[in-house]
Amino acid sequence: MNFFNILAEPVGVSHYLLVGAVLFTAGVVCMVIKRNALGVLMGIELVLNGANINFIAFGSPVLRGESTVSIGLDGQAIALFVILLAAAEAAVALAITLNFYNNHATVDVDRAEDLKG
Amino acid sequence: MNTGFAITTGSMFATIISVANINWHGMFFAIFALAACAMAVAVVLTDNVVRMAFYLVLSLGATAGLFFLAGAEFVGAMQLMIYVGGTLVLLVFGVMLTAQAPFVSMKTPQRDWVLASILAVCLLAVLVQASVGVDAWRTAAVSVGGGVQREAPEPSATPLGMALLGMRVDNDSSGIVTPSIRSGYLLPFEIVSIHLLVVLVGAAYLARAKRRRTPRAVETAGQSELKEEVRVAS
Repeated sequence: MNFFNILAEPVGVSHYLLVGAVLFTAGVVCMVIKRNALGVLMGIELVLNGANINFIAFGSPVLRGESTVSIGLDGQAIALFVILLAAAEAAVALAITLNFYNNHATVDVDRAEDLKG
Repeated sequence: MNTGFAITTGSMFATIISVANINWHGMFFAIFALAACAMAVAVVLTDNVVRMAFYLVLSLGATAGLFFLAGAEFVGAMQLMIYVGGTLVLLVFGVMLTAQAPFVSMKTPQRDWVLASILAVCLLAVLVQASVGVDAWRTAAVSVGGGVQREAPEPSATPLGMALLGMRVDNDSSGIVTPSIRSGYLLPFEIVSIHLLVVLVGAAYLARAKRRRTPRAVETAGQSELKEEVRVAS
């Protein structure tokens, strides 16, 4: 398998996409199975990072092959905005979690059923 | 001396052994990629929320290394400063504020693990197939024929900073076709800055100290009234 021998072959976009896929999947599973609200938050961070890796890979000048379609600098700019928005999202989500903890004395998301019909 | 060794042991092994021909880019990519993936999986597998935060720090740091390797130094530095330095500190503070004995490690039921692993396998299969399916994505710009002659990418901070100010100064020196309509990011930059301000105010408002509605609220309320009386008296 020449594709996986990255010591001999140059690193391509596909390798980055694979790493992004693993991070995205880990984040989705983390969001699904964690009962701690902070664990769900960490899953969201992982998902955003997986997406960021894809943006950086598609915008990178050293990874592009013969393909003529590239997003160039847009990839880095979008990744930067994603990082900033993730910071904002973490701040608000943490505030909500602390509020929930103050009101219910727990961070278990399964116990958050006040709005259940 | 390297050529004779390569003939006898095969080119792949020689690539690993000989220092002159080693693909440092690929090797560092392998290290960072393995660290990022392994730590991300460790975040999922552990139950302890403190360890989850630590593994997440390592995973995000390795991701910053991947950004550096892809020629995006500025984004990598921002990843280290904002994500690892800011967001993760925020998360660790959240962990510390809520780290009471029953919440530090909460077990997930067995049937949830089964469903989640099915979901993970399906999602990973789709994503992996999508990422290796396109031939144009599998070849890099510079091939490693005789030695690694990868041309150093230009520093990305200046074009990125100018783009955030509304001007595009990046040129397509590497033959990459850029869209004919090039626009900067001044408006998104302003929107994000206002958004950050609003978010800060909102988070401070949401997380402010309030009286509890739990049964313990009577005691704490009484104590706070006592404190207020003391404050007024003094």
